[in-house]
Amino acid sequence: MQHSKTQDTMVGLFVAIGIAALFFMALQISNLGSYSSGDSYTISANFQNSGGLKVKSPVSVAGVKIGRVSSITLNNESHEAVVEMRIEAQYNNLPDDSGASIYTAGLLGEQYISIDPGSSEDYLQDKSKIDITSSAIVLEEMIGKFMLNKAEGK
Amino acid sequence: MPNSTSSKNNIVTIKNLTFSRGSRKIFDDISLSIPRGKVTAIMGPSGTGKTTLLKLIGGQLYPNAGQIRVDGHNVHRLKTKDLYTLRKRMGMLFQSGALLTDMNVFDNVAFPLREHTHLPESMIRSLVLMKLHAVGLRGARDLMPSELSGGMARRVALARAIALDPLMIMYDEPFTGQDPISMGALVHLIKSLNTTLQLTSIIVSHDVHETAAIADYIYVLSDGKIVGQGTPQELEKSDSAWVQQFMHGDADGPVHFHYPAIDYLDDLLTSK
Amino acid sequence: MFEFLEHLGKDTRNSFAKLGRATFFLIHTLTGIGEVLPRPSLLMKQMYSVGVLSFLIIAISGLFVGMVLGLQGFYILSDFGAEESLGLMVAASLVRELGPVVSALLFAGRAGSALTAEIGLMKATEQLSGMEMMAVDPINRIISPRFLAGIISMPLLAAIFSAVGVIGGHLVGVGMLGVDDGAFWAQMQSGLDFNEDIINGIIKSIVFGFVVSWIALFEGYDTIPTSEGVSRATTRTVVNSAFSILGLDFILTALMFGDI
Repeated sequence: MQHSKTQDTMVGLFVAIGIAALFFMALQISNLGSYSSGDSYTISANFQNSGGLKVKSPVSVAGVKIGRVSSITLNNESHEAVVEMRIEAQYNNLPDDSGASIYTAGLLGEQYISIDPGSSEDYLQDKSKIDITSSAIVLEEMIGKFMLNKAEGK
Repeated sequence: MPNSTSSKNNIVTIKNLTFSRGSRKIFDDISLSIPRGKVTAIMGPSGTGKTTLLKLIGGQLYPNAGQIRVDGHNVHRLKTKDLYTLRKRMGMLFQSGALLTDMNVFDNVAFPLREHTHLPESMIRSLVLMKLHAVGLRGARDLMPSELSGGMARRVALARAIALDPLMIMYDEPFTGQDPISMGALVHLIKSLNTTLQLTSIIVSHDVHETAAIADYIYVLSDGKIVGQGTPQELEKSDSAWVQQFMHGDADGPVHFHYPAIDYLDDLLTSK
Repeated sequence: MFEFLEHLGKDTRNSFAKLGRATFFLIHTLTGIGEVLPRPSLLMKQMYSVGVLSFLIIAISGLFVGMVLGLQGFYILSDFGAEESLGLMVAASLVRELGPVVSALLFAGRAGSALTAEIGLMKATEQLSGMEMMAVDPINRIISPRFLAGIISMPLLAAIFSAVGVIGGHLVGVGMLGVDDGAFWAQMQSGLDFNEDIINGIIKSIVFGFVVSWIALFEGYDTIPTSEGVSRATTRTVVNSAFSILGLDFILTALMFGDI
């Protein structure tokens, strides 16, 4: 049970490299670096059609990501999709007459929610709801409409 | 610690011990006692469970029936903590030496001291060197166990066994596989340690001559029973044919040379 | 037919008996950790043989796995014109799956087999028994430090594997194949979540470290003390560890990322 100094040094080095790797993963690989803090608040919006939106899909304002979708459920009475979004706490001045739309990033990209800020003086609070929404654009519907218009227009 | 029932002169008393492994009875109702300060030998052919007996005394195995008292304590009734306390006062020399292969000779001997005492390193060093000197291996302190011969490894193990100044030492086949010089050294060591440190020694062996030379009292085991006991001189003159065969190493006797088989001539003449 | 049933029954009984022994062994080992903590030198020695000595194989394997992912990922993604997602693909596969799993498999092969052989030989040469007779509990003194070292080392090794792998992917993707450096990192960072991905990966590797160390140490401790017994136990360690890692990986993935 002799104390070997080189051995201790090697173990120290190993642990240091391991912890450095963990930090590298936290800061460089994942989004931890872009979070200011874990605090967030939740808002919701009803959509006629949530399309390909998924839990964890991004929520953005003017292309800047401010949060993520936290749940997608169906309202049994209105048959609308209820989408809850977790917004980072630092973005706490969204006007309460803002609108939410589901867009697609690129032609085949994933779908995300874009919030268009309104002009109200009151801001969205935790658990508040966005009333103005526009649903996801479903490619098949669009193609169908386009074909119909073509046929009618002829 | 109370020294209740066992007589003061016996450090180990075994009463009606029965132990079986699977369906085989290793010990069948044996009783024996080991007197304090003497060299007691337990002898018998290979496979009679002599090592098992030491493990029973050390509390590593549990008997099916009977009891073993060591220094007044019923070994198998002790709580783990008390058993460990008791074990600090029993040394055991394993057949292989059982040295810890990842440390050198010095650290091996220092191991029990470092584990059980809070002595300063300088005192541990003096103690270790004293023990190593007693077995004549003070110069080998920096060797690793793999660099030792079998005899040297056993002597290091002996130094380690006496490191905590135990009451008794159990030797498991100390002479097996030793050249005559190492054997002589070990015989001498066991005897001199016994007298100088006033230890009690229990030797388990089947080497008749070496054991008879140093033992004060001998028990002979066979088939789970004690078939003979007495001082070496008494056993020499024993009227039991079995003991006679064992003590003199005769090829044939009560224990037959041939493994039980059908008649030789019949066996040869039978075609397959 | 009856013979077959008899065999089956015997095997079942033996498996349960072994599982029971393994459980008692684990409990004893865990309680022994309390005795290790006041003696950090015991832990240091094992961290060296379990962690430091596995470092090289883990780092080199991580580098190559990352480079291969970069190469393969690039060819698949370029078919869809999505080369920018290469960073995300490499990092996600490493952090979620390959980092914890492959490093655990390598750990079982490198450190696990060594632990089994070491403990098995200590048993075969009566060192464990000898310790018991010196009133030193071999599980507390020998097993617990190794177990703790395994649990601490495994997540560190997995993190090193993933980090080196991402660098390897970057080397190939950005350095050789010309993916944009900014896009490589940006896609990665926006696609991976710290809590969901990194923490789950670390939890996986801690679980794997626990299981591999447990299997390796128990197989060594439970070995039949002959040279054949030790060699069989070593094989069993590697095989059982591999099965447990892959099986547990499925269960953990389903619990963490799936909706099951």
